[in-house]
Amino acid sequence: MKRRDFLKGFLSLPGILGIGSASKFIEEERGFKTTHTQANAKNWEIYLKRKESKYEPKEGSYGVLFDATKCIGCRRCEWACNEWNKNPNQPIENFERSRFEINSVFEKIRRPSAGAFTVVNRFDVDGKVIYVKKQCMHCLDPACASSCFVGAFTRTEEGAVIYNPTVCVGCRYCMVACPFDIPAYEYYDPLTPQVTKCTMCFDRMVEGKVPACVAVCSADALKFGKREELLKLAYKLIADNPHRYYPKVYGEDDFGGTSWLYLSPVPFKRIGLPTGLKNSPAVYTRNYLFAVKVLEILASPVLVYLAYKAMSKKGKDEE
Amino acid sequence: MEKFDLKGFKQKLLLAPDFKSYVFGLFTPWNVIAGIILLFGFYAMVYRLIFGLGPATNLNNDYPWGLWIAFDILAGIALAAPGLTLGTVVYLFRLKDYKSFARPAILSSLLGYVFAVIALLFDLGRYYRVFYPIVWSWGLESVLFLVGWHFFLYIIICVVEWFPSFFEWLGQERLRNFFSSLGIWATAFGVIIAGGHQSALGALFLIAPTKLHPLWYSPLLPLFFLITAVLGGMAVVVIESSITHRYFKHQLKRFDQKAFDKKTLGLGKALAVVLTLYLLLKGLDLFHQEKLHYISLSSTYGVFFVLEHLLFGVIPMILLLWAVKEEKPFWVRVLSFWIALGIIVNRLTVCLIAYNWYIPWSQKYYPSWMEVALSLSMVVLIILSTRFMIRRLPILSD
Ligand code: SF4
Ligand code: SF4
Ligand code: SF4
Repeated sequence: MKRRDFLKGFLSLPGILGIGSASKFIEEERGFKTTHTQANAKNWEIYLKRKESKYEPKEGSYGVLFDATKCIGCRRCEWACNEWNKNPNQPIENFERSRFEINSVFEKIRRPSAGAFTVVNRFDVDGKVIYVKKQCMHCLDPACASSCFVGAFTRTEEGAVIYNPTVCVGCRYCMVACPFDIPAYEYYDPLTPQVTKCTMCFDRMVEGKVPACVAVCSADALKFGKREELLKLAYKLIADNPHRYYPKVYGEDDFGGTSWLYLSPVPFKRIGLPTGLKNSPAVYTRNYLFAVKVLEILASPVLVYLAYKAMSKKGKDEE
Repeated sequence: MEKFDLKGFKQKLLLAPDFKSYVFGLFTPWNVIAGIILLFGFYAMVYRLIFGLGPATNLNNDYPWGLWIAFDILAGIALAAPGLTLGTVVYLFRLKDYKSFARPAILSSLLGYVFAVIALLFDLGRYYRVFYPIVWSWGLESVLFLVGWHFFLYIIICVVEWFPSFFEWLGQERLRNFFSSLGIWATAFGVIIAGGHQSALGALFLIAPTKLHPLWYSPLLPLFFLITAVLGGMAVVVIESSITHRYFKHQLKRFDQKAFDKKTLGLGKALAVVLTLYLLLKGLDLFHQEKLHYISLSSTYGVFFVLEHLLFGVIPMILLLWAVKEEKPFWVRVLSFWIALGIIVNRLTVCLIAYNWYIPWSQKYYPSWMEVALSLSMVVLIILSTRFMIRRLPILSD
């Protein structure tokens, strides 16, 4: 922070253009506040340590089941997430108030940003108010991990997809690749910006605790457990309350399957979830890379032949 | 080896008797315009480095890639394909007619790539880590990894192909001949490398099937990008040769306007064939993937798609066929400009408009003035360095 203030004073030219002074405001307005959050780095270190110390992985990965019919939009999960990950936070009352206010954050559809790993959105579906939490889905075959050209993402055995800021180059291809628009960037850091995203509270999981957002939810909208069991539970809920739920579990096979699963009273499209793909988008780029390699192998003898011929012809020409 | 003559070398470099007259010679109107653009560009660069991407650009979480990727990389690299097309035709297939086009083609590829990578450095959040994917942290599954490696290798190839004219200029016969014979192998290898990454630039978007508008998303994206890069390469050769033949006529020993026009027409023919092929594949994609219903007057994207392909596809194709048949080299030149512009429009559309098509238009990205200034100054730098080299190195006179 010191460094930046110094530089700001030093190069006051942007002030003349009316940018410098406004940038602080925009930074918060647009939600790119550079927080230098250590949450992602910390989780990565825990992951590395666990990898070294040959622990016995338990059977099956974990997940969270979000029930949109139960979420009341209190935004306490946002508060708890900020609190646990040491992101910029406000008193919990400010969050809880939103759903009663007129010009609240719910007026706009939001997405996670640097310093806010999760957000709750409000949808109005035919007069029915539905609140939907948004965070990383912790895909089973994550597009972000496949897209990163330095391999900065890993899917852990436990199911959490975590990010390693120590190798990230900042190309932001992971943000292009993620079908849920989750990774966010610290655009306002000139030297050491990083991608930030929900960690599924990997650091809590390995200690046997449930994610912070799940722990704080008093409306029973979030449940943590083994993904397989959550799927069974979800289908049981649907079977028991056919009028309450849309008869599908989102994330069972969407985009190759996700660790976070969603139940909804209306089709998922209406609550802002992307639909239409049952396999991971990473499949397409993988196929492409395979095809390119095949073509390159097929082309090389032809090219060697052409080059060889050109060489000998050239020799003749010069004689 | 001859003794190094410093004064002679200085004159060779400055093309003026001394430094002072060189500096005074720089003040021409065009140079002043270029200088002003560069001034803004350099300001943008410094500003980006000190304050970061956020204040300098309009990038945001919904649009992680902006003008620098869309214009400087996606469009820039496609238009830097002359080396791929002309280099191959001349050095591998030994089409002697086009020999005089080869050196300028290689020069424009080299400069195009170098400045694209320079622009990329400003876009990377942690530019000082740009060598990570090359040296020690490999994301083998990533298309961008392939792009990074292929850029790296292709710049080396371009340098090898360019060395003969460089060493000729320095008067180093032996090195010149050595790189001349190495050049053929570099070209052969270059076909694989260039073909690989030109298609890979399109393949980058294969991973975003739900985020790119269905009219532009296609399993054929890599092929579309490759074909349009071939188009771009040829179009740039026509553009560049028509400019250089006009302003550097004195460097061409035996300039024959008729022969030159004939070659331009030949390139026009090739352009028409490739463009037709491209449009046929586009049509196939539209029908086969059942996307026709997206084209309707009520959808902005549908209208945009039709306009793009009419203005920059069908119309230039018809005009090209006419120009070639009626032997009108002037129109081939004009249409080459048009096609190059079309490729820029296509890349900007895919990366900035069709991408994230589900967010409201009011939240769409548009570049900040600093992004525009930096991109423009890269163009200016390419033009200036091309001129710098053509004036000195034996690029045209070979
Ligand atoms: S939701 Fe996005 S960021 Fe999270 S694991 Fe899936 S692809 Fe990665
Ligand atoms: S921004 Fe970082 S994490 Fe994302 S793809 Fe690029 S290098 Fe990987
Ligand atoms: S799992 Fe943890 S990091 Fe993710 S949204 Fe919940 S509290 Fe935040």
